[in-house]
Amino acid sequence: MSETVEATAVVKEPKEPLFSSKNKRLLSDPLNDDNPITIQVLGICSALAITVQVKQAVVMSLSVLVVMIGANLIVSWLRNLIPSRVRIIVQLVIVAALVILVDQVLKAYLYDVSKQLSVFVGLIITNCIIMGRLEAFALANKPWPSFLDAVGNAAGYGWILIAVAVVRELFGSGKLYGFQVIPDAFYDFGYFNNGLMILPPMALITVGIIIWVQRSRNTKLIEEN
Amino acid sequence: MEYVNIFIKSIFIDNMIFAYFLGMCSYLAVSKTVKTGVGLGAAVIFVLGITVPINYLLENYVLKEGALVWLDADFADVDLSFLSFIMFIAVIASMVQLVEMAVEKYAPALYGALGIFLPLIAVNCSILGGSLFMQERQYANIAEATVFGLGSGVGWFLAIVAIAAIREKIRYSKVPAPLRGLGITFIITGLMGMAFMSFMGIEL
Repeated sequence: MSETVEATAVVKEPKEPLFSSKNKRLLSDPLNDDNPITIQVLGICSALAITVQVKQAVVMSLSVLVVMIGANLIVSWLRNLIPSRVRIIVQLVIVAALVILVDQVLKAYLYDVSKQLSVFVGLIITNCIIMGRLEAFALANKPWPSFLDAVGNAAGYGWILIAVAVVRELFGSGKLYGFQVIPDAFYDFGYFNNGLMILPPMALITVGIIIWVQRSRNTKLIEEN
Repeated sequence: MEYVNIFIKSIFIDNMIFAYFLGMCSYLAVSKTVKTGVGLGAAVIFVLGITVPINYLLENYVLKEGALVWLDADFADVDLSFLSFIMFIAVIASMVQLVEMAVEKYAPALYGALGIFLPLIAVNCSILGGSLFMQERQYANIAEATVFGLGSGVGWFLAIVAIAAIREKIRYSKVPAPLRGLGITFIITGLMGMAFMSFMGIEL
């Protein structure tokens, strides 16, 4: 019985090329039209607090990328074995195990960044992007599309994070990735770093402005109210 | 006095939303009306008030280095703290399930009000965040940890009720079209965060 089911399943789905247009959309949509932060409103929880410096934002984006690829692949492989009643707990355990790995690696090789990120590495577990994509995509799709979906969404998350971090670090402390960008001459003429940029509220306002710019360029994203 | 201090500090100064952005996803998604905001806020207070003390016990009697000494003196240098993420999230997920069943059985009226929000809470960052902050800040005893958990919940409650009230009113204002909905909510939250920052440095 199961053999016939498998056989028909193989016949039904003609083999598609690895980078068919559908798969490419999985990669490109989350960067703009379906961005996890500005459109799907996922993963803001642990995102904004670590955008004071570009370095933290880069490390955070890479961690999320690794966890997301791992979780999407594992859940997608196991999707027919996970009973739907307990799927949330199963997903949480898979994600938590991957986050522990990432946390140990960060502690071993990037100890100071890991100290600055403090609880936010652990909070990748409840990062809504990961849970959201597992629920919405990996549970219903094969491993390869799930992998692409993970890469696309993690990249969409990463570029917003890094964009916010660039604005905040540049105007808040005159540096980029820890290197001074604004020359000393400016300070001699009376330029001051904007201390407000380092404080938490500016992260929200910067994201608000990114959303504003994005939606005024792409008017079909505008909400009713 | 120490307890009052922790309580005030966790509500206003270390506010989950305005200072750490925890629980932003549900904060943005469920703040369209005050009624749902109150429901979710109450559920968060409830669950934080339960999970933070439980995780405190877990941290101090199982996970921390040397925490297992009460079992046997040989365990003095066993350090299980790398397991804390998975333990905390398991406690939270199962507590939420348990609380949901208990509330459904013994307090149907409360269940009617909180019911749909309880499952959402397992993946609310502010709950896990509460436990992780508790671990990082090393509270002296379980009472302090409980007060911290409740205070964080109250802070979250205040934030979501305030933004929901503002969003109900802003429907009648002329917001620039691309900012409508999400954009303006972010900016208002930022402005509220600035207002909350004026509490900084208050010590009782």
